[in-house]
Amino acid sequence: MQSQLPLYPEQASNFAPQVDALMVFIIAICVFFAVAVTLAIIFFLYKFRRKSTGEIGVAIHGDMRLESAWIVVPLVLALAMFAWGAVVYVDFRRAPTDTLDIYVIGKQWMWKLQQPNGQREINELHVPVGQNVRLIMGSEDVIHDFSVPAFRVKMDVVPGRYNTLWFRPTKTGKFHFYCSQYCGTNHAIMGGWVTVMEPDEYTAWLSGSSGTIANPVLAGEKLFAERSCLACHASDGRGRGPSLNGFFGGKVKLADGSTVTADEEYIRESLFNPSAKIVAGYQPLMPSYQGQLTEEQTLDLISYVKSLQAEPAPSTGAGATPSQGTQTTGKK
Amino acid sequence: MHRTGELYGQFETLEQQKDTAQLGMWIFLVTEVLFFGGMFLTYTINRHAFSAAFGIGGNTLDLRLGGLNTVILIMSSLTMAMAVWAAQVGKKKRVTGFLIATLILGGAFLGVKAIEYKQKYDHHLIPGSTFNVTYCVNNPSSCGLAGKQLEDERREIEEAIKAEENENPGSGLIALNAHAQLYFSLYFAMTGLHALHMVIGAGLLLWLIAQSFGGRFGPGYNTPVEVTGLYWHFVDIVWIYLFPLLYLIDRHN
Amino acid sequence: MPKVHYLNASYGLKSWLLTTDHKRIALLYLASVTFFFFIGGLFATMIRIHLLTPGGFLVSPETYNKLFTMHGVTMVFFFLIPSIPAIIGNFLIPIMIGAKDLAFPKLNLLSWYIYIIGGCFVLYSFSTGGLDTGWTFYTPLSSIYSNSAVTPAVIGVFINGFSSILTGLNFLVTIHTMRAPGMTWFRLPLFVWAHYATSIIFVLGTPVIAITLLLAGLERMFHLGFFNPAMGGDPILFQHLFWFYSHPAVYIMILPAMGVISEIIPTFARRPIFGYSFIAGSSIAIAVIGFLVWAHHMFLTGESVYAALAFSLMSYLVAIPSAVKVFNWTSTLYKGSISYDTPMLYALGFIGLFLVGGLTGLFLACLGLDIHLHDTYFVVAHFHYIMVGGAVMGYVGGLHFWWPKITGRMYPEFLARIAAVVLFVGFNLTFFPQFVLGYLGMPRRYHSYPPEFQALNVMSTAGASILALGYLLPMVYLVWSLKYGAIAGPNPWPATGLEWKTASPPPTENFDVTPVVDWEPYDFEHRPDLALEPGIGGLLPAHGDD
Repeated sequence: MQSQLPLYPEQASNFAPQVDALMVFIIAICVFFAVAVTLAIIFFLYKFRRKSTGEIGVAIHGDMRLESAWIVVPLVLALAMFAWGAVVYVDFRRAPTDTLDIYVIGKQWMWKLQQPNGQREINELHVPVGQNVRLIMGSEDVIHDFSVPAFRVKMDVVPGRYNTLWFRPTKTGKFHFYCSQYCGTNHAIMGGWVTVMEPDEYTAWLSGSSGTIANPVLAGEKLFAERSCLACHASDGRGRGPSLNGFFGGKVKLADGSTVTADEEYIRESLFNPSAKIVAGYQPLMPSYQGQLTEEQTLDLISYVKSLQAEPAPSTGAGATPSQGTQTTGKK
Repeated sequence: MHRTGELYGQFETLEQQKDTAQLGMWIFLVTEVLFFGGMFLTYTINRHAFSAAFGIGGNTLDLRLGGLNTVILIMSSLTMAMAVWAAQVGKKKRVTGFLIATLILGGAFLGVKAIEYKQKYDHHLIPGSTFNVTYCVNNPSSCGLAGKQLEDERREIEEAIKAEENENPGSGLIALNAHAQLYFSLYFAMTGLHALHMVIGAGLLLWLIAQSFGGRFGPGYNTPVEVTGLYWHFVDIVWIYLFPLLYLIDRHN
Repeated sequence: MPKVHYLNASYGLKSWLLTTDHKRIALLYLASVTFFFFIGGLFATMIRIHLLTPGGFLVSPETYNKLFTMHGVTMVFFFLIPSIPAIIGNFLIPIMIGAKDLAFPKLNLLSWYIYIIGGCFVLYSFSTGGLDTGWTFYTPLSSIYSNSAVTPAVIGVFINGFSSILTGLNFLVTIHTMRAPGMTWFRLPLFVWAHYATSIIFVLGTPVIAITLLLAGLERMFHLGFFNPAMGGDPILFQHLFWFYSHPAVYIMILPAMGVISEIIPTFARRPIFGYSFIAGSSIAIAVIGFLVWAHHMFLTGESVYAALAFSLMSYLVAIPSAVKVFNWTSTLYKGSISYDTPMLYALGFIGLFLVGGLTGLFLACLGLDIHLHDTYFVVAHFHYIMVGGAVMGYVGGLHFWWPKITGRMYPEFLARIAAVVLFVGFNLTFFPQFVLGYLGMPRRYHSYPPEFQALNVMSTAGASILALGYLLPMVYLVWSLKYGAIAGPNPWPATGLEWKTASPPPTENFDVTPVVDWEPYDFEHRPDLALEPGIGGLLPAHGDD
């Protein structure tokens, strides 16, 4: 619990010290200018107060050197603020590769979250400390926003696409998360808690938790068969569509000559708008599954595609495992 | 504010009054460009997204009527320009004549447009619960379709349904209807907004004609004719953009 | 007071409702805008009372959402945007440039009627179920999911847009073609320059939001899919179109207030404004660059990183002309002869609050910080500092400054100074705690909040009650002054502008003979007609602090 009148939230992720440092930097600049201007005004108000009713001031029309100075100096400082802010933002938008991936679905007015092993939570998120975590987020209805002030991270959750955010918790404990984009009646209670645990506690929690464990890879495999995906995407590569073994995460050459990375967003786009980015050498034959898959089923299918290694498909063990977490804690 | 002759009280000279009116109309046309621009942008994005359905929609429009209207409108721009010219050189009787000609052409445009709308109504192409893009191929007699023309239409619709099936397996017809409805929503919104501008223009012309009978507009004072002319040409130009966008893209018959 | 002036030139309801006199139309706006300000203020009061406790004890979540939405829609579209331009600008621009009226007087009256019709639609929406989409009308919430009366509200805002467009058009043309002999571009009062810049935004931006709202309304009425991802549309496209107008709209609110301040400061410092051409140019720069920053509202929608970089950079650039203005105003005090009359207090208050509002914009333009601050109370505090601290202080200050010109009578100076101080204190107490709340992470538009945020929320509500008092006070004494205020005379301050050369209140034609301008703006030195010798400006209150 914090004090009655806190001034800044707890620092509990890798971004928190960066954002706070940036905050201090900009506050320093702003306070300097605000104080300078205020003092100048107060001084002038006193010094040049009217001394007789008919008095007039001195006619000074301007000064080019002053004007240039107060255009150039703020411009330079503004560019400095821009540059520092840009560095933090680019870091935030480009997740590292060794992340623990958690799927998040926002709907009016709750959050459904899913651990890599299929463990599902509602309005609760458990993550190990020191591990890079990436949230892959979609919405079932309106625009939401996933925000964790203690981590200084936030991202809109937009229907029809995936947005991602990442962070590395640096402190164990419980931290609030909120929906930060107005989404209707119960917007204010669409939130919950992130619990940051020691890695071994997290592993224990994952295995010992009594919550519903649906294996997304298995569910995805089942869907893959049910929807006859296999008919085209045969694992031997001789089908009408490309083989998906070892497909995920690699670079894909497209029919128009460009390349994309086969990430969640690409798989999702291929499901809902198949003709947008055709893999080179294949025909645009695939039907769209727009309106036929729930967000959760979409995630199951993605989990399954992710699990398909270059070798014939294993049936379990997708995504990062908790043991990877301990390897990356050293980085600050 | 008092008015002295043709000079409104807030102005000092007729010249100032004329400059003011012209500048006002130009600025108004700038806002109109941005207004129609938002719609053109939305049309373009949707045309790109649903090209099959929009192709069908475009093909149901009557090219002859649309072409006729384009000619009528260009003619009306000519007569409008002639009216301005007649006023400037002082041929006061001709001003009235050209204005009446412009009004008749504008009315003809709206009449043709009304025939087109009526046709769309008869063919169940008004967005809403009765909308059915396949109505004509299913009831060829009520649309006057027969022979090769009917076969062409039928084939086109089948192709479009197939194209929509790619995106929406099992519900190609429903998707085609939905997207064609989007086309007709935009068609009616854009041509309707344009027709509304025509009606306003016709109202202005009526007023000008009534004023011109007394020989009011001559070399000394012709600002209303000029300013209305600017407006009329703008509305004409909007149609010059609408016609290819709505009628001509993906036309293949 | 003159025997015949615009107020008593004719009588009867018809002489007001069918008037083409820009001064009377300004007063029509004054009445209707004040009405909407009351309604919006009522909603704000209920919001602040509701937030006294973490659970929120006044209204249901649904009602709370409607309150802040209706507060936003009323204040933005029906109070802030028309306030200074349609009231003070309408009244003064023709007089300031020496014209008898605006270029298109009938169009001016039409603008007011359009405003009223739009307002009626919005009031109809409020009274038949209310509106709960947020003033931003984000799709697909507004077009599909909301169960409130969205359609009439959207129609109302759409219609109201044409009022803005026509007002902007009228101003642009008037400033171009109606200037009196000698009133060159660089002799224009800075208030007129500010309105010139504002009108550019009116004319170029408003049609875009009109068409955007039309499409969103059509989508809602006929279930079309322009912005609906389930039907292939894109909700982010709506945000782009919306902010293309609505960010420049912020400058519509603040630029005219800056114009007011640029008039008040030289008048009460009694010296030429410092850097006239820089203040004038910065208005235009703000209007132009302001069109290129809209996507800074969308850094976290998933927009491309490169777009975010570009829009962040442009947002920093648009801060420079604002800074230039503040430095120039400050320098204008140097070696002036400064009096502390009420308008000056408002102007100084404006500088202080705008400084905070503008500087906190730097935090939000900063990409790294916006990740944390986006959609929190920090944003709420920031834009209230700009819109209320800036625009409303400018508006109320301007009303005081030109009150003697508009009504021919002075307001009670002592009460007015107290009100100015109360407003300043109340405002800061209301909104400064919200910066801290935002940094702590409290999201906007929350009807309830975790208990650790309570102390700051209580402070904010306490401040709001002081603020409310600060607004009621002027309403009371300004009305009082209509009958009991001291007669002002044509130029009570005295000030240098052309509007002070005519009677107070002015005659219907503004000037008996067309004035010829042969002096530079804000020049007190070469103006014997101002009679600046001790004892002559008899209506100047004696300053006890001399």
